[in-house]
Amino acid sequence: MKALMFGWEFPPHILGGLGTASYGLTKGMAENGNMDITFVIPKPHGDEDKSFARIIGAGNTPIAWRDAEWDYVQSRIGNVMDPQLYFDLRSHIYADFNYMNVNDLGCIEFSGRYPDNLLEEINNYSIVAGVIARTLDFDIIHSHDWLTYPAGIHAKQVTGKPLVIHVHATDFDRSRGNVNPTVFGIERDGMLNADHIITVSDLTRRTVIEKYGINPEKVTTVHNAVEPLSDELKNVEEHHMKEKVVTFLGRITMQKGPEYFVEAAAKVLQKVHNVRFVMAGSGDMMEKMIRLAAQKDISDRFHFPGFQKGKQVYEMLKASDVYIMPSVSEPFGISPLEAMQMGTPSIISKQSGCAEILNHVIKTDFWDIDAMADAIYSIITYPAMYKQLRNEGIAEVNEIKWSKAGKKVIDIYNKLLNNH
Amino acid sequence: MNAICLYFQIHQPFRLKRYRFFDIGNDHYYYDDFANDEIITRMAEKSYLPANKMLLDMINESGKKFKVAFSISGTAIEQFQQYVPEFIDSLKVLVNTGCVEFLSEPYSHSLASLSSPEEFHRQVKMHDNLIYELFGQKPKVFKNTEYIYNDEIAALIAEMGFSATITEGAKHILGWKSPNYVYASAGAPNMKLLFRNAKLSEDIAKNFSNTTWFEYPLTADKYMSWIAQSPREEQITNIALSYETIGGFHPAETGIFDFIKALPRFAEEKGIEFWMPSEAAAKLNAVDTISVTHPISDADEARDTSAWLGNDLQWEAFNKLYSVAERIQMCSDKRLLQDWTYLQSSDHLFYMSTKHFGDGSSLFSPYESPYMAFTNYMNVLSDFIVRVEGQFPLSIENEELNALLTTIKNQESEIVQLNKELKALKESIKDASVVDEAPAEEAKAKKTTTRKSAAKKTTTRKTTKKTEE
Repeated sequence: MKALMFGWEFPPHILGGLGTASYGLTKGMAENGNMDITFVIPKPHGDEDKSFARIIGAGNTPIAWRDAEWDYVQSRIGNVMDPQLYFDLRSHIYADFNYMNVNDLGCIEFSGRYPDNLLEEINNYSIVAGVIARTLDFDIIHSHDWLTYPAGIHAKQVTGKPLVIHVHATDFDRSRGNVNPTVFGIERDGMLNADHIITVSDLTRRTVIEKYGINPEKVTTVHNAVEPLSDELKNVEEHHMKEKVVTFLGRITMQKGPEYFVEAAAKVLQKVHNVRFVMAGSGDMMEKMIRLAAQKDISDRFHFPGFQKGKQVYEMLKASDVYIMPSVSEPFGISPLEAMQMGTPSIISKQSGCAEILNHVIKTDFWDIDAMADAIYSIITYPAMYKQLRNEGIAEVNEIKWSKAGKKVIDIYNKLLNNH
Repeated sequence: MNAICLYFQIHQPFRLKRYRFFDIGNDHYYYDDFANDEIITRMAEKSYLPANKMLLDMINESGKKFKVAFSISGTAIEQFQQYVPEFIDSLKVLVNTGCVEFLSEPYSHSLASLSSPEEFHRQVKMHDNLIYELFGQKPKVFKNTEYIYNDEIAALIAEMGFSATITEGAKHILGWKSPNYVYASAGAPNMKLLFRNAKLSEDIAKNFSNTTWFEYPLTADKYMSWIAQSPREEQITNIALSYETIGGFHPAETGIFDFIKALPRFAEEKGIEFWMPSEAAAKLNAVDTISVTHPISDADEARDTSAWLGNDLQWEAFNKLYSVAERIQMCSDKRLLQDWTYLQSSDHLFYMSTKHFGDGSSLFSPYESPYMAFTNYMNVLSDFIVRVEGQFPLSIENEELNALLTTIKNQESEIVQLNKELKALKESIKDASVVDEAPAEEAKAKKTTTRKSAAKKTTTRKTTKKTEE
């Protein structure tokens, strides 16, 4: 079966959980065999893992005809695209886009990030999708998250192939209910045009059904999974701390509920003193959190080391005794699974999608500071609590595999194709 | 086959309220009164009270041929006294028929038999005293918490003077042997061993209302014919059920009441008698000796103690709890002893089990997860231990404390001894004074002189006063 996927991020150049999930799912689907997947992203760097999917860069796809030589194309974009594919795509340009801001190869430049002119990039991406859809042969279209819904719709209109959209998050999660009408419009348009909708949790499924008014029959949950850790990450250097460490890792934004963590920390510190709290990450609520910690008079025990990347993340998890994710609304939330892989006991909010598939974690309501503080106290005070959560957590998370999630997606494809 | 022993067990723990770590040291009341009241009252209405009434009818209608044994934990009785006193009254009526026997068991359904022989002893005594006080019976047959049993425990039970004990007819222990005989215990050769017939017990307890069971529906006629079909030489079938089976696990509409009620009639038809456990123990001789090394129980498929002591959480809680056992034995504070008893209920450990985590069989747990159960229990236990420490500082080793207490005890007896000697000496002095009065006289004379000098002083003061005037 041939699938055309539209995504925004792909490892190793990722900005959030979307890239990790897209990668894991694609790889997991390939492991089930008999899958031919093309994955479109705005801007490939050439160092992506292409062993299980063909990667096409929207920024290397011509939308205006330029008379380029093979050697020139090879020298310009040979690291990310086979020149033959460039020429094939060039023969499928469907309109005159010379009025647009294109480069010497007739391509639009993409940042591949989340720039201020994001809506413009989304639109450009959709224009490019028209060329790609006309060029390639595929059975089904799969769009990851709202940025790529317009591209998916376009490809569906051009080819008549069924469209699956994958909801990794909705604007309701990002904004605590205060949605941006433009984003909401794009999301809902994608959902209405989709032949099937995959959500990453039942929580998100309910949001799609209730907030976007979608027929429940065409919405299916496929929970995310987690890639096994490489030996390198498993064996990252361990910083031995004399004191217990409780860690929050992620964007310091409204969605992640950082203030509840500060409040819970203050409660714990009233009773226990050999513990430190870490809020790693950056975001628009960071300054407010620094002030809140100061108000609570716990700044000497509450630390803000800033944004962590790559190996640092795993070093930090390894040095922690507790990982906490008090998100107000988390469609899935992959980070507790990563913490569990490192053997760090996790506390997560019941409002997180991953709570639906995890047993060996502590689940509390995001607002229940007392319960959260109690759980922190328990893990750092009672050795069996730590040991049991650690050992059972590792065993549990090792069973959450992308190939199983991939199988579910393939089943959905088959059902759609049989009905089509 | 000629006889059945029918056992009903009732246990309710004192469930704990939500107890956060910041309550440690501040709040010394641990129990969820609302939940405890609600649960026992609901079960009494649905099950215990109507079942009692039915049993009374059955006894009377059978001309007292129908007999039954009860094992009720002390914590359940306390809750009945507090929330459903009419149940105790209705039990008394049942007891007056002479067809009801009480079994002995640890007071709070505890696992003391696995950790502290002294505490095990104390709990059994406490339970049996309560039964005697309320129902005038001294239990003769013992049933440990959840049928937990091995040779070591057998020795402890025999030491307390019980003639028989009942345990689970676990397949891995009995092998090809039938549970329907009386055996002797390898740990206490003079004590008889009764085995619960797991299959026949669970046909009622688990399968009765299961419509997908191939024997469904189960009728009293069919059930009794199974028992009648077993080999003639078999001695006794022990059928043990939770009392909640009647009307609780199987609600009245499943027909469970009618089923139980019809049992004596079909038993009589097939020549099967109902016996009380002590009767069986007295009448029947052991056919063989059975040895059990690792503790067995009636829990899940494993029939071992892993439902309570299966994971790290449970072991830590259990070890921590019994780490203060020796200290508590020295204590006389009533409230502390009461909490000590209640906190030992095995239920608290059962709630921490991760054996069937996620498949919904933690049905009876008031907690969302085993981790929550552990955290709550450990917080309570921490407070409890702080209080124990208040009485006996933990910084002093048990041996040292014991030594100190022994010293105190020794000194006490020494004082008694010395007092005796002193008394004896005084006596002898008296005797001596009779013989030789002179020194005593001298002493008396001395005393009078001092008194005289004091008198002199007062007179001088008076005179000074006078001169001032």
